[in-house]
Amino acid sequence: MSDASPSMNDAILQVEHLSMKFGGLVAIGDLSFQARRGEITALIGPNGAGKTTVFNCITGFYKPSEGMITLSRRDGSSFLLERLPNHEIPARAKVARTFQNIRLFSGMTLLENLLVAQHNKLMKASGYTVLGLFGFSGYRTASAESIDLARHWLEKADLVDRADDPAGDLPYGAQRRLEIARAMCTGPELLCLDEPAAGLNPKESMALNALLMDIKDNTGTSILLIEHDMAVVMQISDHVVVLEYGRKISDGSPHAVRTDPRVIAAYLGVEDEDVETVLTEVGDEDVIEQLDTGPDSAHGPGTSSSYLAGPVTDTVGHSEGERVTVSKGASKAGQVDARSSAAAASPAAAKQPSAAKSSAAKPATKAQVKPNTPGVSKRRGGRK
Amino acid sequence: MQYFVQQLINGLTLGSIYGLIAIGYTMVYGIIGMINFAHGDIFMIGAFAALIVFLILGALFYSVPVVIALLVMMIVAMLLTSMYNWTIEKVAYRPLRGSFRLAPLITAIGMSIALSNFVQVTQGPRNKPVPPMVSKVYNIEGISVSLKQIIIVLVTIVLLALFWYLVNKTSLGRAQRACEQDRKMAALLGIDVDRTISITFIMGAALAAVAGTLFLMYYGVVVFSDGFTPGVKAFTAAVLGGIGSLPGAVLGGLMIGFIESMWSAYFSIDYKDVAAFSILAIVLIFLPSGILGRPEVEKV
Amino acid sequence: MAVTASPERDIVATPMQRATREALYAGAIALGLFVLFIGLRTDQNISNELILVQRWLLLAVVVVLTMAGRFLYVAYGQPFLANQQIVDVATGLLPESVATRFFRLPYFIAAIATVAVLVFLAGSLDGLLGPGLAGYARFLRALAIIYALASVLFYFRTFIHAHFSALGITALALYPVIVVLVLALYGGSVAAGFQGSLKWVDNFGIQILIYVMLAWGLNIVVGLAGLLDLGYVAFYAVGAYAYALLGTQYGLSFWILLPAAGAMAAFWGVLLGFPVLRLRGDYLAIVTLAFGEIIRLVLINWREVTNGSAGISGIPKVTFFGLMTFNVSDPNYIAKVFDIATSSAYYKIFLYYLILGLCLLTAFVTIRLRRMPVGRAWEALREDEIACRSLGINTTTTKLTAFATGAMFGGFAGSFFAARQGFVSPESFIFLESAIILAIVVLGGMGSLVGIAVAAMVMIGGTEVLRELDFLKQVFGPDFTPELYRMLLFGMAMVIVMLWKPRGFVGSREPTAFLKESRAVSGSFTKEGHG
Repeated sequence: MSDASPSMNDAILQVEHLSMKFGGLVAIGDLSFQARRGEITALIGPNGAGKTTVFNCITGFYKPSEGMITLSRRDGSSFLLERLPNHEIPARAKVARTFQNIRLFSGMTLLENLLVAQHNKLMKASGYTVLGLFGFSGYRTASAESIDLARHWLEKADLVDRADDPAGDLPYGAQRRLEIARAMCTGPELLCLDEPAAGLNPKESMALNALLMDIKDNTGTSILLIEHDMAVVMQISDHVVVLEYGRKISDGSPHAVRTDPRVIAAYLGVEDEDVETVLTEVGDEDVIEQLDTGPDSAHGPGTSSSYLAGPVTDTVGHSEGERVTVSKGASKAGQVDARSSAAAASPAAAKQPSAAKSSAAKPATKAQVKPNTPGVSKRRGGRK
Repeated sequence: MQYFVQQLINGLTLGSIYGLIAIGYTMVYGIIGMINFAHGDIFMIGAFAALIVFLILGALFYSVPVVIALLVMMIVAMLLTSMYNWTIEKVAYRPLRGSFRLAPLITAIGMSIALSNFVQVTQGPRNKPVPPMVSKVYNIEGISVSLKQIIIVLVTIVLLALFWYLVNKTSLGRAQRACEQDRKMAALLGIDVDRTISITFIMGAALAAVAGTLFLMYYGVVVFSDGFTPGVKAFTAAVLGGIGSLPGAVLGGLMIGFIESMWSAYFSIDYKDVAAFSILAIVLIFLPSGILGRPEVEKV
Repeated sequence: MAVTASPERDIVATPMQRATREALYAGAIALGLFVLFIGLRTDQNISNELILVQRWLLLAVVVVLTMAGRFLYVAYGQPFLANQQIVDVATGLLPESVATRFFRLPYFIAAIATVAVLVFLAGSLDGLLGPGLAGYARFLRALAIIYALASVLFYFRTFIHAHFSALGITALALYPVIVVLVLALYGGSVAAGFQGSLKWVDNFGIQILIYVMLAWGLNIVVGLAGLLDLGYVAFYAVGAYAYALLGTQYGLSFWILLPAAGAMAAFWGVLLGFPVLRLRGDYLAIVTLAFGEIIRLVLINWREVTNGSAGISGIPKVTFFGLMTFNVSDPNYIAKVFDIATSSAYYKIFLYYLILGLCLLTAFVTIRLRRMPVGRAWEALREDEIACRSLGINTTTTKLTAFATGAMFGGFAGSFFAARQGFVSPESFIFLESAIILAIVVLGGMGSLVGIAVAAMVMIGGTEVLRELDFLKQVFGPDFTPELYRMLLFGMAMVIVMLWKPRGFVGSREPTAFLKESRAVSGSFTKEGHG
């Protein structure tokens, strides 16, 4: 396999000001992040944060409303992914992906699945079918090579014994591995994995980690990963981007992200009352100190505050096209931001809702912050 | 202008008949997601049943008031087609429900072939002309409107109103809509899915029978192969309106009716069907799920 | 099988009670369904008015037969089938126990003896038995022959199963020779052999092979790529009219026009493919159906070019690769070249081998393409279009190539059809043809060439056999025309076969590549496509 890192730190994927709106409703808003070559970048966030939508924009299944997605290949060429047709992204920009709900060719054997993945290469070798039809040797060599490559990835995925079984016959964990092997057969430079560990048992999860590390170390393929399983994320990723309601709330090394209070609040989906506890656990003493003098959660401004007289709801395009209704201010990260900034400001100012609003941190500007409203927190309780 | 209004009226009449048949297609499609190819032949069976009842009435009574005759024809035709469609669903479609998608399509085509040939064998292959039942024509400012046309449009409106009520206001309609959304869930909630589907087939057949009776009255002739062309046009209408959508079926039916009458009036009668099919293709290029159909969201 | 779900009350009822009850239901339903349509018949009297003819006896017979059939099925058929469990799911063969009881050596010998006696007596049958009984005797002879053949097939079933394709091709290649030889022996002269072979080679051989070819062509679109095409007959029509028009107007040879017709049909396939690429499922189905109808209507109405419904006649015959012709008046007439007796059978036999060659070409190309990236992409498209796009497959061109390839074979078959008939008219390209071809593809098992060939043989051969049942006239009277029931039975057979085998005769799929061993993929995994 090729050398892993000629330039370890340059960005392979650069997402800039990406926005995706579904009929005026914002699924991703002004998202920018980078994935560096040769690294595993994890994209995490609660359900409905827009992670899969980001993937769909990168792999061309959705055309983003705004923004730029630049992919730089190892040979120096770069592509604006939002301008490429769907099927050219894997073919020319060398981005491969897997799907949250596995999409294998279930009636075809494992080997055939991996051969389909080498379509473009074989198409060329077969002279766009014409030469192959008449049995030219060029195609036969290419065909044998493609089978070797498929065997290689089947071995890596520990599936070589079942090469001639239909893909639909595999157990769930094996199907996940096969999907990754299939994506690798396209020879990608960036591999996008949508929740590869979902539904796997701990043993399969371990095997998956090993496979991903192997890919990273031996092929030089960079990986972009959506995952809910924190064990996987923290163990293998070099870089983590956290989304909540389509906005980036944190970005950094696994350790940095793990200790970010906004991430914990967002990711764990704590109740408003628990935010303080979370902060305590995180050990952000500065904030706690301020919070002590801050508004009591039970006696904050009443629900009569003019700008939030009723339950203001907003609809966010869910990653799968469903629409989930989310109350404004449901953003946990926003609350934490609001808390900390309110706490940092004078306690008196923090009592004023307007102050909390104006000082709401950047990533959550649109999420109107109304801490400690009993009615609202009741609704929030239903969310993870 | 008069000519145009005249064509509008002709189109409305034709469109009503197509609309009534199209509802049967669209309902079945909505609830079990299959193209009931035999529906056109159910329509033909309805027209034939009406014809036979007409002849029986003629043989038994010296004279029968037209309204009563038409009513009796419709009711018997509705009963008979309902029975046919119910039996067909039970024999040919139900055992295949939930299997391979093309299997029920093939049995439907098989049933269509069997039904039209059954009528050919039992009733003979020739055209069956009937004496005109309703021949009064009104002349309003140079536009001639025949009583037949008025009856067709009125019957259609009444039936559609009744039908709308059934689907939207009764528990039966609710069950149907529930089955359309999610059959498994509906079954879990205690809806008898089999029964609901059977009733859907019966309702579609009844509407087709009315269309058949009106067709017989309007054209005064029926032949065993008459199921195909109106069937395909009605199916086209259902798809044009957005298959699965009831208002869409009626709208599509009217559109096809208008296109046909306008095209025959202003261009060439030979190519009226070509026009209808071409417009279908053009509409679908721009609206891939028809005019009122739910756009298909591609889930990734 | 259609095994009725058993409500609770069935548990207490004995099979007999249940069968009686079911029979009564069936009788009531049959009475309701048939009372107007069989009990009465609309007919024209002398002054051309419609009158009703009453046929209550016939109605009673039909209802009683329905009841009896239902009774027997519920009382004996269902328990029997339940016992057998339709053992061999893979091949769909009858359970061995039944088959071995049915095919026994004594029966086989008896059948052979019957055939021998009846063949020996052939000429004097009418004299011995009278014309009525002679008809039955001929029917008995046909049954005995079929039984003997079936016994042989059953005895060698494992061998046949193992070498199906090779045996099938050999049998097809030898078929006209065998027919001529058998009939020559039977008739006592070579000329009689050729003359008698006309029916067998033309009506059965060529007819079935045309449908095999069409179905194999459609199989590329429906079976492999999973695109439901209800207007396939349009390409058949394009091919036929291309040959008919260019052949009659410009006198071009079949061998030039065959590829031209294929190319033209492929062009139309792409033309149709472009607008409908975005459509899915049943929207695609209706647009292709509409396209088929548009082509037919244009053929009917564009009278200046196509001569309308009257069609085009006098289409030139195929030449023997330009070396010899099949026109008696021609100096190069085949019989003159070889100095043999004139017979129209030579042309038919030549056409038989021609269509067999075209079929084998279709099969060869299909098998080759399946093992190439484009064929795998078709199948992948059928399985999951979105995954295809995520792997960099251009689904647009993939769909278009499927449409074009399928259409091309339709065009080949069309020009062959025109050459064989010598006459084309829009009548031959109605929707029913598309439906029959699609039915053959689905009944055969989508994607399986062997299954489709068997389905074509069963369905088309079966309906052709119905033309031969003249002896039934002796049973039901001279007014009885078995041909009338042909399509009725065809439709019912479609329903029954589909209920019996929803996945078609061959439900499994052969993988296109393997590492260790090639194992057929069960039909439950393959998808049928949604585009």
